[in-house]
Amino acid sequence: MVLMALTGNHAVAWAVRRARVKVIAAYPITPQTTIVEKLAEFIDKGEMDAKMIRVESEHSALATVYGAAIGGARAFTATASHGLLYMHEVLWWVAGSRVPLVMAVATRAIGPPWNIWSDHSDIMGQRDTGWIIAMGEDNQEVFDLTLQAFKITEDERVNLPMIVGLDAFILSHTTAPVDVPSQEEVDAWLPERKQLYVIDPEHKIQIGNLALPKDYAVLRKSIEEAMDNARKVIVEVDEDYGKAFGRRYGGLVEKYRCDDAKYIVVLMGAWSGDAKEAVDKLRGEGYPIGVLRIRYVRPFPIEELVEVARGKKGVLVVDRSISFGNAGPLFIEVSSALTEVNVALKGVLAGIGGVDVGVDDFVEIFKKFINEVEEYGTFIKRQEWYLR
Amino acid sequence: MLRVGSNLAPLSKPSPGASGSKTGSWRIFKPVINYDKCVRCLLCWLHCPYSVIERPKDPNGYVTIDYNYCKGCGICASVCPTKAISMVPEGE
Amino acid sequence: MLIELRFHGRGGQGAVKAAEVLVDAAILEGKYGQAFPFFGAERRGAPVEAYARISDKPIRIHSGIRNPDVVVVFDPSLLKLVNVLRGLKPGGKIIINTPKKIEIEGDYEVYNVNATKIALDLKLVVAGWAIVNTAMLGALVKATGIVSLDSVLKAIRHTWTGELGDKNARAAEIAYNEVVKVK
Repeated sequence: MVLMALTGNHAVAWAVRRARVKVIAAYPITPQTTIVEKLAEFIDKGEMDAKMIRVESEHSALATVYGAAIGGARAFTATASHGLLYMHEVLWWVAGSRVPLVMAVATRAIGPPWNIWSDHSDIMGQRDTGWIIAMGEDNQEVFDLTLQAFKITEDERVNLPMIVGLDAFILSHTTAPVDVPSQEEVDAWLPERKQLYVIDPEHKIQIGNLALPKDYAVLRKSIEEAMDNARKVIVEVDEDYGKAFGRRYGGLVEKYRCDDAKYIVVLMGAWSGDAKEAVDKLRGEGYPIGVLRIRYVRPFPIEELVEVARGKKGVLVVDRSISFGNAGPLFIEVSSALTEVNVALKGVLAGIGGVDVGVDDFVEIFKKFINEVEEYGTFIKRQEWYLR
Repeated sequence: MLRVGSNLAPLSKPSPGASGSKTGSWRIFKPVINYDKCVRCLLCWLHCPYSVIERPKDPNGYVTIDYNYCKGCGICASVCPTKAISMVPEGE
Repeated sequence: MLIELRFHGRGGQGAVKAAEVLVDAAILEGKYGQAFPFFGAERRGAPVEAYARISDKPIRIHSGIRNPDVVVVFDPSLLKLVNVLRGLKPGGKIIINTPKKIEIEGDYEVYNVNATKIALDLKLVVAGWAIVNTAMLGALVKATGIVSLDSVLKAIRHTWTGELGDKNARAAEIAYNEVVKVK
C-alpha cells in the first residue's frame, strides 16, 4: 500500500495515469483545472505516455476525446459547472454512439450569480443523457471510481460513457491520504481497451446518419438495456476491485447502519461522511437511524432503495441541488422508486451554492425529521430549505 | 445499425437508407475530376461528407466517385488545391 | 483524537502548503489527515485561510472547521485585519509569527516565534515575501505535539528537494527550538 497525500483532483489524475489513458483534451475551469495540469505534468516528464490536446472550449474538449475514443484510444476529459453545460450536447452524442469514455466532474454550482463552490446542480442536469453517473465520498473513493470507470464502461454488456463526480473544493482541493496501487497491479486488473467498433479511414462507415423513427427508437431502447446491464456490471466490478485492491463499497449504494434502523437518510457526495458522524451521534442518544449513500445516480438504485426502505418508518432525502418547479432531484427519484413502500418521505435542500453543512447541522435536520415522523406517521413533505 | 450482442450502435454505410433511394438522383451539379490536374492529395476524399469518394487501393492510383450516392454538394471541388474538380450541370 | 487547525496567512506565504505538509507528516506517522484552503479572493498579499484535521482514525467529516483547537498566524499584521480568534476553542492554542511579544486576551495558550527572521536569515524569500510556512510548522508541532518534528522534516524533504529542502527543514528545526509560550 502506497499512501500519497493527494487532493481529490490529483487522485483522479493518478487513476487516469494508472489506466494508461492515451488522449486527454480539456478546457480549464475552476475547480477541475488541477486534474489536467497534473496530467500535463505527468506527460511532460515522460511519466505518462499520452497526448494532451489543447482546445478552445469544453464543447470541443468532449468532441475531441470522443473522436479519440471512436478511433480506439482510451480517452479522458474533466470539467465542472458551466463547462459541463457547454458540452451538454456532446454528452448525448457520446452516449448515443455507444462509445466508452470517462469524464471527471468537480461538481460546482451554476450561475448567475457567479459561484465557484460545490453543489450538485451541474451533474444532476446530465441524468437523462445515457451517461453512467457516480459520486465519491472521499478522495480514495474518487480514485477507485475513476479506475473502475474504465472497466465498467468498456464491459461488453455496457459500452456507455461514465461521469465520476467529486465535490468542488471539499474533495477536489482537499488533501487526504490515498492509496495508489502500482502500475503493475493495475495492469493486472484493468484489461486492454475494447469497444464495439473503431472508426478508421480504411473502412467506410458513418455515425449518426439520419434514422427513421422506428430505428431510432430501437437504438434508444438498447441504450436503456445497457444502462440496466450496468447495474450488474457495477456490482461485479466493485467486488472484483475489492479482491484485487482490498476496497469495496457495496455497488450502487453504500449502506451505513441501515439494517436495524427505523429512519433512513439518503444523500450523495462528500457530506455523506458528516451525515454518518451525525448518525453515530444520534445512535448514541438512542435514535435508530442509518445512511443510505447513493454512489451511482445513474443507473438509479431502485431495487436497493426499495429493499432498504421496506419496514422503515421514514426516509429523508437531502439534496444538494433543486429541480426548479418540483423538488430536489434525488427526492424526485427516491419518491418515484418508493411509490409502493409505505413510509414517511421528506426532502431537505441544503448546501446549495456551497453553503457549509456540518455534523451539528445534520443532527438538527435528522432530529427534526425523526420528531415529525413520530408525530405525523406517514407523510410526504417535498421541499424544506435548510439555510443555516 | 451495428449489432454486437445486445448492443446497438447508430452506424451506417452509404446505401438506400432514410431517403429510400439512391441519393445520386438528387444531384443538380456533378463533380467531374480532371485527372491530368489531380495530384492525388486525397483532400477531396477526406472532406467528402458522404464518403462517396473512393480511395484507390494502389497508393499511386487516383480516387473515384460513386455517382450512385454523390449529392453534388461541391465540397470536393471547393477543397481541391489544383482545381482539378469541376461542378458540371447534370445532364451535360 | 481529532485536532482541527486553522492557518491565517497572506496569499503567497504558503499557508495552504503548510496545511498540506502537515497532513503529509501525519500520514508518514501512520495517522490520518485532511487539509483544505478556503477559496476567496486569492491573490498575493490578500488574507487567506487554510485548514487541517489530524486524527488517529480515518476522517469522515468534510465540512468546514468552525471551532479549531489551534490557530496559526503567519503574519502579525493580520491580527488587525482578521478575527483570528474566531471560533477558537476555550483553552485553544494560538501560534503567532511576530518579532516582538504578543499576548492575546482570553482563555488561550499563546506562542510566539520570529519566523520572519528565521526565513530571512536562511534566505527563504520569494517575490519579496519571507517564506515562513516551514518555520511555522516547526513552531506548531513544538507547541502542540500533534506530529513529531522528525515527521515534519521528512514531509518537508518530500515536498522540497535539494538545497531548498535543506533550508526549509532547517527553518522548521530552528523555529521548533525558538518558539516560546508567552501565556
